[in-house]
Amino acid sequence: MTVGFVMLAHGALQRTADVAKVLSDAGCPLIIHVDARVGEPFDRFKTRVSHLPNVSLAPRLACEWGTWALVQASRDCAETLLRQYPDVSHVYLISGTCLPIKPVPELTRFLADHPDTDFIESVTIGEVPWTKGGLSEERFTLTFPFPWRRRRKLFDLWVEAQRLVGRRRKLPDGLSPHMGSQWWCLTRATLETILNDSRRDEIDRYFKRVWIPDESYFQSLVRLYGRKVESRSLTLSKFDFQGKPHVFYNDHLALLRQTPQFFARKIWPGANQLYRAFLDGRQSVPPLARISPAHIDRTFIQASVRRTRGRPGMVMSGRFPGKDYDSALTAAPYAVFHGFSDVFRDFPRWARLNTGSRTHGHLFAKERVEYFGGQSGFAGAMSSSAALRDYDTRQFLRNLIWNTRGEHQSFLFSPRDSQEITEFLAADRNANISIVTGAWALPLLRSGRSVDEVRKEAAILQQREADFIEILSERRTRARARVWSLAEFLERPLDPLQEIVDSLSGAEQHLLAEMPELKLMVGLPDFLQALRNAGMNPHMAGEVSEDVAAQMPGVARIG
Amino acid sequence: MERRRCQIRAIRKRVELANVVDRTEAIPENSVLAFVTIRNEIKRLPFFLEYYRALGVKHFLIVDNGSSDGGDRLLAGEEDVSLWSTSASYKRSRFGTDWLNWLKFRYGGGHWTLTLDPDEFFVYPFCDTRPIQALCDWLDQSGIRSLGTMLIDLYPRGPVADLNYQPGQDPFEIANWFDAGNYMVSKNPRYGNLWIQGGPRARVYFADEPEKSPSLNKIPLVKWDRRYAYVSSTHMLLPRGLNQTYDEAGGEKMSGCLLHAKFLDTLVEKAAEEVNRREHFANGREYDAYHQRSDDPNGLWCEWSEKFIDWRQLELLGLMSKGNWA
Repeated sequence: MTVGFVMLAHGALQRTADVAKVLSDAGCPLIIHVDARVGEPFDRFKTRVSHLPNVSLAPRLACEWGTWALVQASRDCAETLLRQYPDVSHVYLISGTCLPIKPVPELTRFLADHPDTDFIESVTIGEVPWTKGGLSEERFTLTFPFPWRRRRKLFDLWVEAQRLVGRRRKLPDGLSPHMGSQWWCLTRATLETILNDSRRDEIDRYFKRVWIPDESYFQSLVRLYGRKVESRSLTLSKFDFQGKPHVFYNDHLALLRQTPQFFARKIWPGANQLYRAFLDGRQSVPPLARISPAHIDRTFIQASVRRTRGRPGMVMSGRFPGKDYDSALTAAPYAVFHGFSDVFRDFPRWARLNTGSRTHGHLFAKERVEYFGGQSGFAGAMSSSAALRDYDTRQFLRNLIWNTRGEHQSFLFSPRDSQEITEFLAADRNANISIVTGAWALPLLRSGRSVDEVRKEAAILQQREADFIEILSERRTRARARVWSLAEFLERPLDPLQEIVDSLSGAEQHLLAEMPELKLMVGLPDFLQALRNAGMNPHMAGEVSEDVAAQMPGVARIG
Repeated sequence: MERRRCQIRAIRKRVELANVVDRTEAIPENSVLAFVTIRNEIKRLPFFLEYYRALGVKHFLIVDNGSSDGGDRLLAGEEDVSLWSTSASYKRSRFGTDWLNWLKFRYGGGHWTLTLDPDEFFVYPFCDTRPIQALCDWLDQSGIRSLGTMLIDLYPRGPVADLNYQPGQDPFEIANWFDAGNYMVSKNPRYGNLWIQGGPRARVYFADEPEKSPSLNKIPLVKWDRRYAYVSSTHMLLPRGLNQTYDEAGGEKMSGCLLHAKFLDTLVEKAAEEVNRREHFANGREYDAYHQRSDDPNGLWCEWSEKFIDWRQLELLGLMSKGNWA
């Protein structure tokens, strides 16, 4: 009782020969099929393997990817193997870039313990999405006369045409389409039933026009003839999101040592360390503790996620989301406080204490970037130059949030700041924007300048504020925004503040113990009225009553 | 056709190149080749060659633009170097682009080619465990023809004049700080490439006129075809499809970095020379800036500078990406 191998080789024949020698040394019969398209290197390969006991070379077919020739080559080889070596009980199909990652005797023992089991990944296409980035059910219902790799356009056209006319090929009776990895290990009994099937011609005719039949021929037929099918491959092979096989390199050594499978595919031919570690019998290293397949999968799933979804809020030479991109524009949630610095003294200090958020000053101030604590630069070596910031405001904010991931950021905003960022803020679902409208009137009030002097400025500030509110109310806005007029806000400042703190600290309820210190606002109603009288209606501020302004806590102290 | 024009320029400019040593017969099939223009860089050459040999570059095709420091003789003696020399204008060959386009046209077809300056060091995912041939095999298998990178300026803590770089020394032993997160990215509608600016030069020298700060986007690694041509340095090339090194649907395509060892003591001399020579981009405006500011006690360093460790650090910082290479 022994296991025999069928090996399909396409290139990197040096390595194929190395593996052949190891299998031969272990006493396993081996038939190697080398793609007929491989030229001159074949002769060297032939000299290297022809003297090996139990190794023979099969007649060569041209094996284009995804074609029937692959099925035919593996089936013919299996047939020869079974005929020539009567003691072969299992046939294991491997490729020329497979590497045995367990000693062969371990595999032999394992198969001896499972004499009647066929190890072949075989999943029904209706229930399990096995394929990646390709056709699934249509592989079986359409025909594919054109090679996908070389004649892509024709291939696609033909598929489209068949869809258009609603073509559905009839499946051979009783056959239920299954798919799975090509690398199987089947029992003699199952293979012989498949090979001697009286309907073989009919079934072959059908599969010759199925797409990638090497992933479905044996996988479907074992469901008809296998006695005990264990749907898993004994070969570790991982595919990326486009259906390309992942390649293993020297740095995968630990992972391969921990893998429960017996073979791995595919190995980069230059991975000397892997070939040495697993082929050189003298280097027997105790295997590391086995890990679960899910753990191994994680590495490869992470790679797919990185390639397809990427890291939000990061832009670089490999990632530059276009206009249609609809996820978050920044890496993490952040808060914007519009107007708050005009109402309160040192609002950043209060916000930092009560929300834990790193609260910057006016990041978009005209003269310079006001980072937290008045620093001259910030995380990621960001500059405080307004010119650099305004050169690409979006990237400025994206950088700030990306550079500080793990720590919540907030900043002050006002109509006096550069307004270019407003559309970006509105479009970003990470933006949590709180606005007190009309607060810009307070510094004008405190400036002591006459109404005539400030009315023009007031009009400009009010217009900018109205534009921002307008952008925020558009349907495509993703930001979360809360708006209070100055009058509303002053009426009960604690409620909005509590709301803000709650929204920033999540589920945690935290009752405010301290109000930020209010700035002077005596004379506000008169000032607003004077503006009105001068023909500049400060409607964004609302109706502030003298009582409210006079009763504001802190007024006395500040005044 | 702009691509045609670039090629014709390159073919025309070939007469400016005089072959010094031709070992191109020895170029192995399917190997990775490096194309470089040098001028008075003898101190940098030993480590440059050593670095790329270790990655698995098999042959260097180098244009010497009138070195007077013996760098040409050093290169001529290296077994894996083919050398051409020219005394023609660097600027009028569009900063060496034409000369190297010609050499690639002649020798690069079918090879993966790296087009580099002698102070640029290519870093890609897993470069500490996987040779560059593994990367190129993977790119081939994935149907990718060009790899995008970003140039990262590395600088010392303190003035560059205080350094004492020795031939053969790893420059990143002494200039190992960089800016981790102040880069600006936009898309060039004409060629479809990304335009990246920022880093220490923008922060220190161009904070008031950022539009003039140097471009950091580079596409140095290309599976060459005779129909291709770089347009300006390695910032972009034609046909345009080669510049599409980034994903626009949110995902990350694999990308690398070019570590820029510009800020060594060699710069002081160079800046003084170049201010007079005016053979560099925009009349060497950058060199003017370095020349004037070379007395700053901190140099380019600031308290938010990041110390360079390895490619994994750059990957975590989002300056390069593994893409779906696992």
